Amino acid sequence: METNIAAQGTSSALAGSRRRLPPELNIFLVLIGIALVYEVLGWLFVGQSFLMNSQRLTIMILQVSVIGIIAVGVTQVIITGGIDLSSGSVVGMTAMISASVAQASTWPRALYPSLTDLPAIVPIGLGVGIGLIAGYINGQLIARTKIPPFIATLGMMVSARGLSKWYTKGQPVSGLTDQFNFIGTGIWPVIVFLVVALIFHIALRYTRYGKFTYAIGANVQAARVSGINVEAHLIKVYAIAGMLAGLAGVVTAARAQTAQAGMGVMYELDAIAATVIGGTSLTGGVGRITGTVIGTIILGVMTSGFTFLRVDAYYQEIVKGVIIVAAVVVDVYRQKGRKKA
Amino acid sequence: MTLSPTTMAAVRASGAVPNAEYLLTAEGVRKEFPGVVALDDVEFKLKRGTVHALMGENGAGKSTLMKILAGIYHPDQGEVKLRGVDIQLKSPLDALENGIAMIHQELNLMPFMTVAENIWIRREPKNRFGFVDHGEMHRMTAKLFERLKINIDPEIEVRHLSVASRQMVEIAKAVSYESDVLIMDEPTSALTEREVAHLFEIIRDLRSQGIGIVYITHKMNELFEIADEFSVFRDGKYIGTHASSQVTRDDIIRMMVGREITQMFPKEEVPIGDVVLSVKNLTLNGVFQDVSFDVRAGEILGVAGLVGSGRSNVAETLFGVTPASSGTIAIDGKELVIDNPNTAIRNRMAFLTEDRKDTGCLLILDILENMQVAVLQDRFVKRGFVSEKEITAACEEMSRKLRVKTPNLQERIENLSGGNQQKVLIGRWLLTNPHILILDEPTRGIDVGAKAEIHRLVTELARNGVAVIMISSEMPEVLGMSDRIMVMHEGRVTGFLDRAEATQIKVMELAAR
Repeated sequence: METNIAAQGTSSALAGSRRRLPPELNIFLVLIGIALVYEVLGWLFVGQSFLMNSQRLTIMILQVSVIGIIAVGVTQVIITGGIDLSSGSVVGMTAMISASVAQASTWPRALYPSLTDLPAIVPIGLGVGIGLIAGYINGQLIARTKIPPFIATLGMMVSARGLSKWYTKGQPVSGLTDQFNFIGTGIWPVIVFLVVALIFHIALRYTRYGKFTYAIGANVQAARVSGINVEAHLIKVYAIAGMLAGLAGVVTAARAQTAQAGMGVMYELDAIAATVIGGTSLTGGVGRITGTVIGTIILGVMTSGFTFLRVDAYYQEIVKGVIIVAAVVVDVYRQKGRKKA
Repeated sequence: MTLSPTTMAAVRASGAVPNAEYLLTAEGVRKEFPGVVALDDVEFKLKRGTVHALMGENGAGKSTLMKILAGIYHPDQGEVKLRGVDIQLKSPLDALENGIAMIHQELNLMPFMTVAENIWIRREPKNRFGFVDHGEMHRMTAKLFERLKINIDPEIEVRHLSVASRQMVEIAKAVSYESDVLIMDEPTSALTEREVAHLFEIIRDLRSQGIGIVYITHKMNELFEIADEFSVFRDGKYIGTHASSQVTRDDIIRMMVGREITQMFPKEEVPIGDVVLSVKNLTLNGVFQDVSFDVRAGEILGVAGLVGSGRSNVAETLFGVTPASSGTIAIDGKELVIDNPNTAIRNRMAFLTEDRKDTGCLLILDILENMQVAVLQDRFVKRGFVSEKEITAACEEMSRKLRVKTPNLQERIENLSGGNQQKVLIGRWLLTNPHILILDEPTRGIDVGAKAEIHRLVTELARNGVAVIMISSEMPEVLGMSDRIMVMHEGRVTGFLDRAEATQIKVMELAAR
């Protein structure tokens, strides 16, 4: 009897992992579906193909790769059961600060004339580092004072935006070195996005960091009793999310070859939307980076498709809101179904 | 002893047993979940004015049947009849409106609302302006409580109440619907003996008013004390219904497990080693004071006391969940400051918490993830990367050893029965190779079979030199398993009893003072 159960256990465990379809498959099918709808509508109303246009696809993915970089961090925060509203403002802040040390000496109105023509690693490092600090502060606030993540990151959102405006009294920072601008050219932002996604996909699935992230999201109390230092871990997760927002800020400035205090407005919401569309549950404990990547691309395809069909920008926003809510509704039903099963 | 359905029909047709005798019947009920047949051709008949116990191991199908009767699940096959009429319950609310009320194990009260508001929610008395008439609501609650002899202030917010009082409020709420059928799911699992006695009084009172009560329990003595009839289920199948006055404890166990359990408490005399854990004057301000005791390798120290005596708090403090205000903890003679669970784990302690759902299970994660979470603190990790193959193999071996019943380790833990969840959590701690194992109510809400398995396991661990601290509200368990028993009362240790001298009465004297 005992051996019987045991043997059954092992064999079906293997079969189970093979039989089970990856949860991302649904989202991927949605992505294909949306693309096909645009394809058909394209032939009907515009008279050309939506998908058979590599230039459009490149632009589409370029547009969302900054959101994607942020979303990789936001996914981890949401898996712990938290939220990060500050990423958009951190993008603005880090874009401004990194750009201010990335200016070329040929630019007449450099912010720090003595700090021009620095190697690109300096502004990049500074931007990423400041993002990390912002995230670290978020994490400290949440872990030590036990205030809700919503409030802590809301505060950071307002303050970081204020700081980026104060930094140059609202003036844009331009005349950036070619070396710095390089990471914003071509498909480099996409490569940065995919590398970041790969790194954290591996981190979440195969490292202790990842296992603890899910455990905290599933049940904080149980995670604590199991010996996880919940506070230290949350600080790590928020710091990483801040760091990635900082990286996104650097890429944004490099892509625009200039920095403005208003950069990244509402990016946090796009990143949350991409994460949620990608199947990460806002109640914590569930979510994968692969889903978030697909979610990000869905956002890109939607926007790009509307432009392609020459839909008014106002309608775009209205429909986008509906789709985000629909994604969560679908998720809620999916969760319910799983529970009953 | 039970009559077949056809004979029953014949008896009914003859007029000897009027239809109305049965309040609620279920016949040929089948319910499948993906991969499991939870119920297979099950029957159940509840008579008016009786207490009918559902017995069976975890996973036997009691909960599923009860959820079907309460409108939470819908049967795939079979029929449910209420007062002889076919019904199809669409929801718990639908069941409630048909006079079937269920009192869940997990209490479903709103903590920031008052007792009265909780009871009359959705049915609040209104004054002529359409606002809630709080005076009337208060009077209605007081009347209800008087009838049930419950002594709780209707205006107090539920979060201030003890678990026992909340249970009483739940029962009052169910009664307030004027239900004919009350379903109680292990109502005594969190109650002290005095509270249980009160609950039984209420149940007897309701029974005499003609209400039919479905009573789910794992406690054999309750069955004999309160139940008129009982039905046994095993592996999703209906085994039989009997009058509880006509059977013995052993009969029931045999029906439940389908095999004899020869020894309920397989306690072995094992050589007791050196002192592993030494606690001196441990105090957590306002919760417990001056707790001192030693535990030796191979020893099982039972901790008895009423709910609220501070037993679980001492365990939490030992494990660093709520660090002590003063006092010392020494492990292997070395004094340590344990201010978080991580330190405790590093010093080879393990802690199975009292509340599986709140502080044990990572409900939405799978068995593997649940089992590996504690051991990842120091093993199976290389440079931050988890050695998947090795840990999976270790977890598989553990679940085999503990006989976790599941198709595979990728199953979510929330889909397991309570006994199997507990085994997974025990596995979580055994993977860390503990020297000191703290068990807080290790067999609460677990069927006899799993219970015996857990007891055997604890014995085996003691034999291997693990020092075990076992907190339990179940007297037979404490008396049967412990080498020594520490009794607590209102945050203080009131005495130690050796295995030879310990009796139920001596323990109760120290616990109740």
